[in-house]
Amino acid sequence: MKYARLVLSNLFRKKIRTTLTVGSFAVALFLFGLLAVVRGAFNQGLEVAGADRLVVVNKVSIIQPLPISYKERLAQVPGVKQVTHANWFGGVYQDERNFFPQFAIDEDSYHQMFPEFIVSNDQWKAWLDDREGAIVGDDLVKRFGWKIGDRVPIKGTIFPGTWEFNLRGIYHGTRPADDTTQFWFHYKFLEERENAYWKGLIGWYTIRIDDPDNAVRVAKAVDDMFANSPWETKTDTEKSFAAGFVKQAGNIGLIIMSIGAVVFFTLLLVTGNTMAIAVRERTRELAVLKAVGFSDRFVLFLVLFESLAVAIIGGGLGLLLAKLMTLRGDPTKGMLPFFYLPPQAIMLGVLAALAVGIAAGIFPALSAMRLRVADALRRI
Amino acid sequence: MVRVDGRGLSNSLIQVRGLDKKYRRGSEEIDVLQGLNLDVDAGDFVAFMGPSGSGKTTLLNLLGGLDVPSKGSITVAGDEITHMSGGKLTAWRARHVGFIFQMYNLIPVLTAAQNVELPLLLTKLSKADRRQHVESALQIVGLGDRMDHFPNQLSGGQEQRVGIARAIVADPTFLLCDEPTGDLDRKSADEVMTLLERLVSEHKKTVLLVTHDPLAAERAQTTLHLNKGVLVEGKAAEGVTS
Repeated sequence: MKYARLVLSNLFRKKIRTTLTVGSFAVALFLFGLLAVVRGAFNQGLEVAGADRLVVVNKVSIIQPLPISYKERLAQVPGVKQVTHANWFGGVYQDERNFFPQFAIDEDSYHQMFPEFIVSNDQWKAWLDDREGAIVGDDLVKRFGWKIGDRVPIKGTIFPGTWEFNLRGIYHGTRPADDTTQFWFHYKFLEERENAYWKGLIGWYTIRIDDPDNAVRVAKAVDDMFANSPWETKTDTEKSFAAGFVKQAGNIGLIIMSIGAVVFFTLLLVTGNTMAIAVRERTRELAVLKAVGFSDRFVLFLVLFESLAVAIIGGGLGLLLAKLMTLRGDPTKGMLPFFYLPPQAIMLGVLAALAVGIAAGIFPALSAMRLRVADALRRI
Repeated sequence: MVRVDGRGLSNSLIQVRGLDKKYRRGSEEIDVLQGLNLDVDAGDFVAFMGPSGSGKTTLLNLLGGLDVPSKGSITVAGDEITHMSGGKLTAWRARHVGFIFQMYNLIPVLTAAQNVELPLLLTKLSKADRRQHVESALQIVGLGDRMDHFPNQLSGGQEQRVGIARAIVADPTFLLCDEPTGDLDRKSADEVMTLLERLVSEHKKTVLLVTHDPLAAERAQTTLHLNKGVLVEGKAAEGVTS
């Protein structure tokens, strides 16, 4: 503690320079926080995927359907506890910018399969009673300002025409990463209206198994069962299924990592240069400290601490701002399935700031440590 | 008593024997000090003079443990410092040497009191004890009422007096002063020299001073001139310019 004054005083020596360097860290870590939010949104499916859920799709492609008749057969595969199914609808609300996922779901089994989504019993019952009813996530309700009872027209892109739904229920997620931007309606409504082309067909099945350790065995059993049929299947864990979806949007992780790497590298150059200048300016003072008896190691830590303090203050500020921004709500108005900065990302940001702080400070600190007092002072 | 013939008593405070210092500049080797001897007793006030490049600063660097000799030995209060490791030498400096610099070298973001306290941070003194030592040192240099002033709020003479307070606050064995008046006007220079005299006479300090200023050198008890790498006593050094 007795060194605190000496150590901290250096931070306030050049207030504008310190402010700008702290600001660089704050901007970089704020950006890091937002990138982490976007990455999290894309990988959200991976995070919330149930370990005991498998997804069965058509072996040719996910856009190819499967017969609804498989439901009974899937339920009989040893290890399978529950089966449900859903269809991708692919409509838009009012215009193409208002895109969100719509699923035609099996009213008898979908809710039990996904208990992480909470719907009140009254609303669920109201939905069951209305063939044109819909249940939507709370983020979607916020995005469009809907309320229970609203009539919501959705323009089909795969299934032509305008489809009108009655908003009967709102579901909530139980975890921050749960996707609450979905729109559910009755599979029976889809089947009735698209009777000519879609009767007896569904998009994919989700099955719950008794033990996650049996996933490989059950998946093989399912695919073997339907091998050489007109509708062969490909069964995978829900996590692999979600990862496949993310890959379709491009390597988001690589893009975000690349942007982050450039930002941090630039930050490293800026801070490293600042620290090098700071040490050069204080050569005589550091030499005096050594002359009066401060050790080389003390001088090393003095410079390193300064760099780390800038990193922690600036980085902390940036991450705090990013967190506050996520708490204020989703600025994309529900374009992303969720807008949340998880604690792991904050911790990673702190570690990254510390790493840049150390990397930026270590060389100036080493040069300060190796400073020869006699040379630095020229005359004692 | 100061001697330069290498025949001083073994109980001298500072004992230098056969000190050589060579520098290499490119392929050329320059002998700065050659077989230099010196004995300084506790309470002596010695001024070193000599032309630029004669090795005065090199000698002070060696005496202060900031540089190592090419040959020879330096013993201070019984400790031979020439073979000490870097870490030990640093600790030795903290205990035995008070440095006073021409440019004061105060830390601009610390107050006078905080600058003076720096050497005490290396001791085990409590905060209250450190404060007491700092106040005493600043009282001695006549700046008891400027404790909370920053260097840029002090005159050059006052800054140098803070530098002197910093040098004496840990009660070192001896003081090394490099041109302490070189950056001051005559009046401030006289005040600083008077202060150094008082430190010797009243506080029994040992002071070694490098200066170009004959008036400053006159205030010392003994003036030594560096000539061709060896020391000669003042009156025997006719023809040696400062």
